[in-house]
Amino acid sequence: MSTIVIDNKSYEVKQGKNLLEACLGLGIDLPYFCWHPALGSVGACRQCAVKVYKDEHDTHGKLMMSCMENIKDGLRVSVADKAAQAFRSQVIEWLMTNHPHDCPVCDEGGSCHLQDMTVMTGHDYRRYHFKKRTYNNQYLGPFIHHEMNRCIQCYRCVRYYHDYAGGKDLNVFAAHNHVYFGREQDGVLQSPFSGNLAEICPTGVFTDKTLREHYTRKWDLTTAPSVCQHCSLGCNTIAGERYGQLRCITNRFNSQVNGYFLCDRGRFGYEFVNSENRITQPLIRNQAVEAVDETTLMGHMRKLMTDHTLIGIGSPRASIESNVALMQLVGKENFYQGVSDNVRFIEKRIVEVLQTGVVKTASLQDIQQADAILILGEDIWNTAPVMALAVRQSVLKTAAHHALKHNTGIPTWHDAAVQELVQEEKGFLANCTITASPIDEISSCIAHNAPDDLARLGFAVAHQLNGSLPRVLVDEDTLAEVIDIAVFLQQAKRPVIISGTSCYNEALIRAAYDIAVACKTPDKEVRLAYVMPECNSMGLAMMQAPSFETAVLRATREKNITAIILENDLYRNAPAMVADLFFNSVQHCIVLDSLNNLTTQQADILMPAATFAEGDGTLVNYEGRAQRFFRVFMPGQATIQESWKWLLKLQALRTGVLNEGELHPEDVLKQAEQLLPQFAGISASAPHHDFRINGQALPREPHRYSGRTAMLSNLAVSEPKPKQDNDSPFTFTMEGYSGMPPSPLIPFFWSPGWNSIQAVNKYQQEPGGSLKNEQAGIHLFKYNPHAVPVYFKDIPEAFMIRNDRWLLFPQYHVLGSEELSAYSKGVRELSPETYVAMSASDMARHGLTNEHVVTIKVFEQNWDLPVKADSSLPNGLVLIPAGLHGMAVPNWNAYVIIMKGNR
Amino acid sequence: MLSHLRTMWLVFIHLFRKKETIEYPEEKVALHPRYRGRIVLTKDPDGGERCVGCYLCAVACPVDCIALQATEDENGRRYPDFFRINFSRCIFCGFCEDACPTYAIQLIPDFEMGEYNRQNLVFEKEDLLINSQGKYPGYNFYQVAGLEAGVKKKGEGVNEETPVDVHSLLP
Ligand code: SF4
Ligand code: SF4
Ligand code: SF4
Ligand code: SF4
Ligand code: FES
Repeated sequence: MSTIVIDNKSYEVKQGKNLLEACLGLGIDLPYFCWHPALGSVGACRQCAVKVYKDEHDTHGKLMMSCMENIKDGLRVSVADKAAQAFRSQVIEWLMTNHPHDCPVCDEGGSCHLQDMTVMTGHDYRRYHFKKRTYNNQYLGPFIHHEMNRCIQCYRCVRYYHDYAGGKDLNVFAAHNHVYFGREQDGVLQSPFSGNLAEICPTGVFTDKTLREHYTRKWDLTTAPSVCQHCSLGCNTIAGERYGQLRCITNRFNSQVNGYFLCDRGRFGYEFVNSENRITQPLIRNQAVEAVDETTLMGHMRKLMTDHTLIGIGSPRASIESNVALMQLVGKENFYQGVSDNVRFIEKRIVEVLQTGVVKTASLQDIQQADAILILGEDIWNTAPVMALAVRQSVLKTAAHHALKHNTGIPTWHDAAVQELVQEEKGFLANCTITASPIDEISSCIAHNAPDDLARLGFAVAHQLNGSLPRVLVDEDTLAEVIDIAVFLQQAKRPVIISGTSCYNEALIRAAYDIAVACKTPDKEVRLAYVMPECNSMGLAMMQAPSFETAVLRATREKNITAIILENDLYRNAPAMVADLFFNSVQHCIVLDSLNNLTTQQADILMPAATFAEGDGTLVNYEGRAQRFFRVFMPGQATIQESWKWLLKLQALRTGVLNEGELHPEDVLKQAEQLLPQFAGISASAPHHDFRINGQALPREPHRYSGRTAMLSNLAVSEPKPKQDNDSPFTFTMEGYSGMPPSPLIPFFWSPGWNSIQAVNKYQQEPGGSLKNEQAGIHLFKYNPHAVPVYFKDIPEAFMIRNDRWLLFPQYHVLGSEELSAYSKGVRELSPETYVAMSASDMARHGLTNEHVVTIKVFEQNWDLPVKADSSLPNGLVLIPAGLHGMAVPNWNAYVIIMKGNR
Repeated sequence: MLSHLRTMWLVFIHLFRKKETIEYPEEKVALHPRYRGRIVLTKDPDGGERCVGCYLCAVACPVDCIALQATEDENGRRYPDFFRINFSRCIFCGFCEDACPTYAIQLIPDFEMGEYNRQNLVFEKEDLLINSQGKYPGYNFYQVAGLEAGVKKKGEGVNEETPVDVHSLLP
């Protein structure tokens, strides 16, 4: 702590910060542009000037950029000084000489940092009467709109896109007063983190193009805190609605999970909520009028619920509430995970390993802070994008840390100096996966092998770390890598081991665990992360129910079975043959889902389920963190309800106990705690529905929300009563508590004078630090320092290439592989075409070129796919894209035959 | 007593003053052009819709009686997809006109909006749009705004330089 004097008042502030951070942390409003908590300072925009004095006798002082000023004891500064104020307002005036004054047609307007800073400095009248510079714009793809005239040359975009996220195709061009921020030529931005440009750019140069299609100002959105539904990381988001449609997703800062950034799948994948393909009405198939209302539906259900054996098929993308409600309805012994046997087996192992409590799980923040990372078999770039971004930060930070050790004069926030010092040096990252990914560029050690060989590599590392573990025979090159990895893991203070399910290989899970345990010593923090396939895969796996195949087997053996399928397209989780067999064997099939798909087509009874935006629920992310998402808006049709609500109603029919009072999400979670002790504590993952501050509920709408008395007046001139939400502390109005809510209940970031997303500063304990009173969900895996580790010693055989047989694995894609996001127009546009990837030498050996189409045969299924060479892929393996819409699901990790087709 | 007489005298001489009361509705009132009556949406000098769907009038409205949705044409020109004013709520304060950066929304000296049915006071864009520039002739927002939306090319607007050539490093 140092004592500094600001405007003759002394404050205690942390050392190692810059003056700008310190001022903002103290609640002093100081304008800035080029500084960002995640990017550090470069002192480029000259906006944050303050007066710095030599000592108490110095009355003159000098103007300094506060973002470039290190905190030292006894520092005397003035923010309110006349000259400093005049300087700041002049800087804005200069920036505005070329500004197009486009605000009415600028999507940034109302959440624009430039507007906020202009108002803050007091510049309000344009005195410059000469011409304005103009630029031509570029086409940057379906997600980001470009309007270069509005640029103030703060360089944040390039520093984020290029330096922070490692993108290559956005840069600064030209020189002096007409620098240009864009691509070398028009074209889709290549980075899967491009959406963050809309938030990082303090002006309207880069804006959300999907929002543009149904543009709404920030002040007109009804928003609620939400959790991303598109992978297992559970990034925190804010979802906004207007006129009954979901309009946009923005980042919800959380120091433990996603920090400041989202991936494009999470940001732009929301359009499925507005899809034409939504199920809006209950259907009872095979009768004259299929669409029915709730009463008819329930009447019809009564008999089904009581006279049949019910089995339930859960879902990795449905909330804990819904899965538990289903389990309760059908009974524990009749509940099945709606995932295939091999996935269930791997996930079960992951849950087991984490439940031992021997190793801590790694949050994304832990990964950023790691000083050595081993990725074993998981293609995190495509299956957990923001984790890849966190890994990149670890690599950069570790390198910076090394470099700064010998150069103590340079503060860590001094971005330009640190980069200059670090040059190309990198922290340790070993990327051991089936094939190449963009992470390879920052990896010090790369291995591309068949999953079994990767697992062997893992076990070899474990042996290297702990000689008492079984030795693994590996070739010389691999051994060199193994030693390399082991040395770095041993030296590291905060190593992280990452693995996951995407290789369909359970040995990898064990190997990752063995390594983590083997390098654990009392003086270091080892952490472990397993990436899961979907947003609630961890929650579902923790319920420890049998797989879908077990349910199929039972359906073929027993008669009179009614299956209830919860938000799960079984044709994506099992080969079509298996799913067909299931539907042919069960007598009745009740499906709850939000979108029509192959499974809903098989339903005898279809019930419309609410999406994440229309309902409440809890998801458990890859680290076992239970996080709550809140309803953003009431769906237009009353027949769209959360699955857990439907299931509770069915349960009431079944037990005959009606109206026992409405159950709220936390009540269902409490039942979950009773039913399954592994969920202990989950009901505290968010404040309960009756949470109030000073007796007031929390508004979903900001106080400037407009159009209240006109938006529905075309239907009826008298305004309807605002909709009621009994399941959360939120109202659907702008009335309620207007201060800062606890962190899981932040519906939007706003503070007087801070309308843009930069207002998040005001919600943090210190800029870039954790939120005030941060409660980042509830950890369901408890670390147990006394747990006695048990190693796995069962090592798989090395992968053997077979003649004319290939082992088939999925290749995931950020855009396209996930079910729900693929309904978004832009995501669909950027999804890959189907293909089969083969090693270049395999292709040459079989006389194949990139123009050939081949037929892949697995059991009875055939796929005709164009073949393409993948130079990093080991021989004997083939990859086909996973999860693309309209593509049937093969048996992964199975041998296939490939037949040469036409060119 | 004296004051009573004075008052009666003053009242009496009013009998010979010019009459202020008019025989409305047979006779119409003459109102100043800035009188704040019925709200209209005006058009550009070149006949295009002036409103750019910026939502500023809506947010300025103290009774929140304006609702709209912005959309854009193939040139990127913004316009309201729908634009609704609930006149049964409007208090004719004119804040919307003050807020409007394009002079699109204007209050005109027409106050004859009596209706038996309140629902008829809900005006949609078709009811609001007039074929005139209203009080501010000659103004075209897209000529002074930076972006290109089919009205002018980049660099051809008021006070604009031709677009920067990014390949040039010349001063
Ligand atoms: S960037 Fe900000 S200040 Fe500039 S036109 Fe857009 S909203 Fe206005
Ligand atoms: S485009 Fe935005 S982020 Fe980039 S320099 Fe310009 S204003 Fe800054
Ligand atoms: S990384 Fe996953 S959770 Fe995070 S935004 Fe992307 S898809 Fe969503
Ligand atoms: S303020 Fe003017 S331009 Fe903006 S929405 Fe209202 S009428 Fe249209
Ligand atoms: S924020 Fe300090 S110079 Fe830009």
